[in-house]
Amino acid sequence: MKKFFENRLSLLVTAPTFACMLVFVYGFMAWTAWISFTGSTMLPVHTFAGLSNYEFLFGNERWSVAIRNLLVFSTLFIGGSMTLGLFLAILIDQKIRTEGFLRAIFLYPMALSFIVTGTAWKWILNPGTGLEKLFQDMGWATFTFDWLIDPKMSIYTVVIAGIWQSTGFVMALFLAGLRGIDSNIVKAAQIDGASTFDLYAKILLPNLRATFFSVGMILCHIAIKSFDLVMALTGGGPGYSSDLPATFMYTFSFNRNQMGAGAASAVIMLATTMAVIVPYLYSESRRNHA
Amino acid sequence: MKRNILLSLALLLSITQTHAVPIEVLHWWTSGGEAKSIGQLKTLLEKEGYTWKDFAVAGGAGENAMTVLKTRVVSGNPPASAQIKGPAIQEWAGMDVLASLDDVAAKENWNKILPSVVQKTMQNKGHYVAVPVNVHRVNWLWVNPKIFEKAGATVPKNWDEFAVAAEKIQKAGFIPVAHGGQAWQDATAFEAIALGIGGADFYSKAFIKMDPAALDSPTMQKAFDTFRTYQKYTDKNNAGRDWNLATAMVLNGKAAMQIMGDWAKGEFTNASKVAGKDFLCVPVPSTDQSYTFNIDSFVMFKGTADTKKAQDAMARLILTPDFQNTFNLNKGSIPVRTDMDKNKFDFCGKKSMEDFASTSKKGTLLPSMAHNMAVPSVSQGAMFDVITNFFNSTQSSKDASKALAAAVKANKS
Repeated sequence: MKKFFENRLSLLVTAPTFACMLVFVYGFMAWTAWISFTGSTMLPVHTFAGLSNYEFLFGNERWSVAIRNLLVFSTLFIGGSMTLGLFLAILIDQKIRTEGFLRAIFLYPMALSFIVTGTAWKWILNPGTGLEKLFQDMGWATFTFDWLIDPKMSIYTVVIAGIWQSTGFVMALFLAGLRGIDSNIVKAAQIDGASTFDLYAKILLPNLRATFFSVGMILCHIAIKSFDLVMALTGGGPGYSSDLPATFMYTFSFNRNQMGAGAASAVIMLATTMAVIVPYLYSESRRNHA
Repeated sequence: MKRNILLSLALLLSITQTHAVPIEVLHWWTSGGEAKSIGQLKTLLEKEGYTWKDFAVAGGAGENAMTVLKTRVVSGNPPASAQIKGPAIQEWAGMDVLASLDDVAAKENWNKILPSVVQKTMQNKGHYVAVPVNVHRVNWLWVNPKIFEKAGATVPKNWDEFAVAAEKIQKAGFIPVAHGGQAWQDATAFEAIALGIGGADFYSKAFIKMDPAALDSPTMQKAFDTFRTYQKYTDKNNAGRDWNLATAMVLNGKAAMQIMGDWAKGEFTNASKVAGKDFLCVPVPSTDQSYTFNIDSFVMFKGTADTKKAQDAMARLILTPDFQNTFNLNKGSIPVRTDMDKNKFDFCGKKSMEDFASTSKKGTLLPSMAHNMAVPSVSQGAMFDVITNFFNSTQSSKDASKALAAAVKANKS
């Protein structure tokens, strides 16, 4: 009996968490998917309504704006954070003197909540009181930076604030990854006469595959669930030009008493995420086995 | 023998304990004057022996409170009373969870003291399910008379005069209109403009009955055109501005006019400004014969017989003249009873009460669409989207009018 428990100790210890996750995460995902097929409005009801909620979504202009914004925001946010974070990590990896100090400075934004970031950047990007006024007061009278109030550009302000917040974290992850590579490889490459650029591009970065994967996962989930950043920075505005599916879902489910449509939008968010993550996961796991 | 005495004493005590029935009230009146006003109701109820269990949920003008309420109702444990207004009352009544207030209504003669349009809003299938607390007027134009003097302009009475006055003010170097670029403020301004351009009948057809022939019509296009003109005279930085910051612009002499409900008066009085001298309250141009209202009300959820006693007491107390006076004087709104003494209220309050009574008789007392009084939240949300999109893009009035009719059609629940 004792041997049975000993052999399976790890399974038993993680079993409660696993069970909770199964119910509260996957179980409720399934419940949301079920609700998206019902005619729920103010409270959940269980009358089957077919695909009417999805039809409603695809005819809704605000939803098309939200989806377009999600694609723009995710691509720029993940791409930008990764590039900038990797670049900073490579620079800090050059054995500079104030490494610890600089690392701490770059990492600090991650300690702020998105609400603080959103509010601070709202003040900075406000044309009347922020950057635009600063430069105009300093003498550059024709400087304009009114992206925040321009319906076409408002989503890019969310990208700026998001990249500012997450770059330090990405940098820390990549730095750890770079430091984890066996120094013998580096020494061997340097003996063979590789330039610094070749060293990084051809040897070190390919070894960081696992780090790229972790960074990608983390940034992806931050991008998808961006709700507080948008609400604090632009409130979804001007109009609904910087709306994202997360804010759309909240508005429709809880403020407009259209729980069915909100659930359908949540399901579509999940499908979009899965369409990107699942192939990536599969290719990574295959590589590990190969 | 001793045990029996002790037992009967305990029983006696427990019986007297249950008289202090707690009544749990969900509301979102958490700031200064509002909290003071609702505290007055608490005092009155406690005088009658009931205990008040406060369930205040701040934020979002009630959105957070409504979300919390839904979770409570779904779990089968609703509060005794909740602050719900407008068509939401009908939606909740449809779920069959509201208690009837007919006996209190009959005893207190609600049918005599409430205007007929208010009675209809508070009833579901002919039975009273909600009790109104106050009346806010939404179609007010707040004016800084000193700017008008400096610019040599006159306060506009209709939308043609508005353009003339705004031009003069702009030339004099002031901002003609203070506007906050949030969806509900865009809608507040737009519904007042549509009321002015089309009149009460048009407003009723478009924003209450949601008749597609009224929503996509030349009159609606003209309303959107006027909204564009209105926008021309707002400043560039209005995006995302809160309503009280826009009021502050009028207060501080930066802007001349603001379309906002009577809660803006509180900003002026808190800054010690005097009505008639430092600021004026006039009906929005072309709407002086109409009145768009926003009425806060409480519903009672079905509960035990004891809770019903407390709920009936609360409903009765809300409409007593004393409470109506105290509450509304503190909050800046006007009483919903039509038989109150006007002289206790200030200049804007008096005019509001007079217009409330006169428009009720004329049939031009209208629920405000922008403040959840006229249509269900799904249709209101759809209208908000079209209006705010028009304000924040270069969409033509014709397209906006079409979009309005299409959005309402697509969002009919």
